[in-house]
Amino acid sequence: MSTEIFGIENVNVWVDGLIRVLLIVGFMTVVVMGLIYGERKILARFQQRLGPTRTGPMGLLQSVADALKLVGKEDLRPRNADPWTFELAPYLVFVPVFLGFVIVPFVLDWQIRILELGLLYFVAITGVNIVGWIMAGWGSDNRYAMIGGMRAAAQGISYELPLVLALVSVAMVVEVPLADGEVARGSLNLNEIVASQHEVPNIVWQPLVVVVFFIAGLAELNRTPFDIPVGESEVVGGPFVEYSGIRWSMFFLAEYAALLIMSLLFAAVFLGGWAWPAGIFTDEDWPRWAQALLVAGKASIFVFMVFWVRASVPRLRIDQLMGFSWKILLPLMLAQVMVNGLVLVYDWPEIILTVVGLIGIVALFAMVDRAVRQPRQRPASAAQLQSEAV
Amino acid sequence: MVVEAPSEFETQDLLINVGPQHPSTHGVFRMVLEIDGEVVKDLVPYIGYLHRGAEKLCENNDFRQGIGYMDRTEYLAAHNAELSYVMAVEALGEIEVPERAQWIRMILCELNRISSHFMFLGAFGIDVGVFGTPFIYAWRERETIIDLFEEISGDRMMYAYFRAGGLAWEVPANFENRVREVLASAQQGVKDFDGLLTENEIFIARTKGVGFISAEDAIEMGMSGPTIRASGVPLDIRKTEPYLFYDQLDFEPITANGGDVFDRYIVRLQEISQSIDLIGQCLERLQPGPITPERMPRMLRLPEGEAYIRTEAPRGEYGVYMVSKGGNKPHRLKVRSACLSNLQALKQMSVGQYVADAIIILGSIDIVLSEVDR
Repeated sequence: MSTEIFGIENVNVWVDGLIRVLLIVGFMTVVVMGLIYGERKILARFQQRLGPTRTGPMGLLQSVADALKLVGKEDLRPRNADPWTFELAPYLVFVPVFLGFVIVPFVLDWQIRILELGLLYFVAITGVNIVGWIMAGWGSDNRYAMIGGMRAAAQGISYELPLVLALVSVAMVVEVPLADGEVARGSLNLNEIVASQHEVPNIVWQPLVVVVFFIAGLAELNRTPFDIPVGESEVVGGPFVEYSGIRWSMFFLAEYAALLIMSLLFAAVFLGGWAWPAGIFTDEDWPRWAQALLVAGKASIFVFMVFWVRASVPRLRIDQLMGFSWKILLPLMLAQVMVNGLVLVYDWPEIILTVVGLIGIVALFAMVDRAVRQPRQRPASAAQLQSEAV
Repeated sequence: MVVEAPSEFETQDLLINVGPQHPSTHGVFRMVLEIDGEVVKDLVPYIGYLHRGAEKLCENNDFRQGIGYMDRTEYLAAHNAELSYVMAVEALGEIEVPERAQWIRMILCELNRISSHFMFLGAFGIDVGVFGTPFIYAWRERETIIDLFEEISGDRMMYAYFRAGGLAWEVPANFENRVREVLASAQQGVKDFDGLLTENEIFIARTKGVGFISAEDAIEMGMSGPTIRASGVPLDIRKTEPYLFYDQLDFEPITANGGDVFDRYIVRLQEISQSIDLIGQCLERLQPGPITPERMPRMLRLPEGEAYIRTEAPRGEYGVYMVSKGGNKPHRLKVRSACLSNLQALKQMSVGQYVADAIIILGSIDIVLSEVDR
C-alpha cells in the first residue's frame, strides 16, 4: 500500500506512518519542555516571584538543563523493589500518553491517523497508564508509594467515568453531513467532531459538559486540587518516591504530555479546533500554519486554567474526592446524556441544550455548596471514648 | 452503611512512619501512624530529635548569656521567649524596668506574634495542599517585620535585644514610622489571606469539623494559646494575668467555639489584626525616656530565690522557672513549652480521621520543634 506525504507520491504506508510519528513525538517532546517552563514562569508570577531567569535568555533553557541533569543521575532501584514491575512502570505510563497523540487533529487534514473511533481509542489508550501508576506504587517497596498508587487507581477509575460521559454527550449530538445532503447525528471521529463546529463551537451547546470535562480532566491529570496520589505534604510524591534520574523524568514528561493532549482534546471537542472561527472562510483559504496556531491558542486556554487552579486552591481529601465524582459529577453527566438523547429523538431545538447546561452548572455549584456547608458529625471527646471502652 | 468483611479476609493495619524527614512535619518531628486504608487508627509521636540542652546550658552561663539560648528555643518568636527570661531575672533581682523599655518590649512582642502567625499561615497553606502561593504571601509579610527587627537589633532571627532591666540599646530614630509602615503591610496581608483561603470552598471542606477537641479536653491536656482559644476557652495570659502594661490596653481574647482546624486557623488570622490594633495603642502611649535603669551592675548577681514567669507567646504559655542560689548563674532553669503541651492532644485529635487530616491537624497545632525539644 502506498500513500502521499508532503506532496511526495507512492510512499509506503509504514514509512509514512513512521515519519508522522517521529515528527509529532519529537515536536511534542519539545512542546512539553516548553510547558514545564511555562508552568514555572506562570506559577512564579502568581506567587510574586520571577521563576527561572538564569539558564539561557529569560531562563528558556531551564527545562533542557533539568533534563540533562536528570539523565546524568544514577538510576537507583531499592534493593527490595520488584525489578520487573519497578523498571517497566515508567514505560507503561509514558507510552500510552504518547500513543494518544495519534488521533489529535492539529490541522484540517494532517495528523498521524484519522480513526473512525478516535474518541474511543483515546479513552481506551489513556486508561492504560493507571496500570503503570499502580505498578510503580506497588513495585517500589515503599508504603508511601503504595498508598499513592492505590489512590491513583481509585481516582483514575472514578474520574474516567464523568470524563467519558462528557465526551459521549458531545459525540452523540455531532452533526455529520452525508454525501446525499442529509445530516446524520453522532460521530466518534475527531475530525468530524471538529468540522461540525465550523459555525458554533460545542462550548455554546454544552456548557455543563465543558465544566465537568475540565474538572474530570484535572483529576485524570492528577493536578491540583486532585493531586492526592502525589500529594507532596502527605505521601511525598506518591508512586514516584523511589524513582530517580531518567525513570523519574519519564513520569514527569508523561504527566506534561498528558496535560498537552488533554488540552488539545479540549480545543478540538469544545472550542472547535481548527474549524472555528476559520469556518467563516472556506477551509482551503485558511493556511495550515494558521490553523495550527489557532489550535495551539485554544489549547493554551486550558493549560493556563490548569496552572491558575494549581496556584490557588488546596487539595481535596480522598473521601471528598470520591464523593465528588460519584455523587455529583456522575449523576449530572448521566442526566446530560439523557437530555441529549431526548433532543435527538424528539428533534428539539438545540438551544434547549444550552439552557439545560446552564441550569446544570448552577446545580453543580449548589451541590458543591451544600456539601461544603453540611455540618459534620463531631467525634466523641476523650471522656466519652473512655466511658465507652469501660 | 458499613459492610463487614467476611472473617476469612482479615485485614492488617499498616504502619507508616512520618518524619523526622518529611515535608510537613515542621522540622524533625516524627510520628508513626497505624492506618486502616486511609483512616488513622493509632498515632505515636516521637520527639527529642532537636534536643540541645538549652536549659542546662543556661545553668552554665551567666544571666546575660542565657538570653541567647532563649532565642534558640523559640526561633519564630524569639522576642517573646526572651521576654519571659528577662522578666524572671527581673523578678528575682527586683529590678525596675523603665516605662519606655516596657512599651517597646510590648511592641516588639506583638510584632513577633504577627510574624509568627504569618509563618503559621504560610506553612499551613502548604499542609492543606496549595502549591506555595500562601507561603510566599506569608513570607512577604514576615519579611517586612524581620527587616524591621534587623534594623533594631542587628539580627534577623536571634535578636538578643532584651536585657534584664530594659533593652540593649535605643531603637532607631524612625522606629515609630517604620512600625506603622509594617502594620499597614500586615493589614493588607491579612486581607490577602482572607481572599485566598478563608472563603475557599475546598479549604472549608478540608478544615471544618476536622481535628476536634473539646474545651474540657483541651484544659485537661494543659493546652494554651490560640489552640485552646479555638476550643472556646478565653485563656490569654495578657488578659488573665496582665504583665508589662497589657492592663492599660483595650482588647478581648479572641475565641472560637468550633475546636477544629478551621477555628485554630481563623483565631490566628484574627489575632494578627488584634496585634496590629494593640501595637497602634502602644505607639500612642510611647514616650521618650530612659530604656535601662540608672544603676545596673556589669555582672548581675541575684539573691537566692525562685521565680516562675509566664507570658503569652504566639503558641501559648511560654514560662520560665528560674532558681537562683546566689551568684551570677541560675542554679536551675526550666522552660515551660506551649508546643509540648499542645502536642499532647495530637493523638486524640487525629485518631479516626484520615491520613491527610492528621497532617493538617499537626500543622494546625503550629509546633516549633526546638521549643518542644529545647
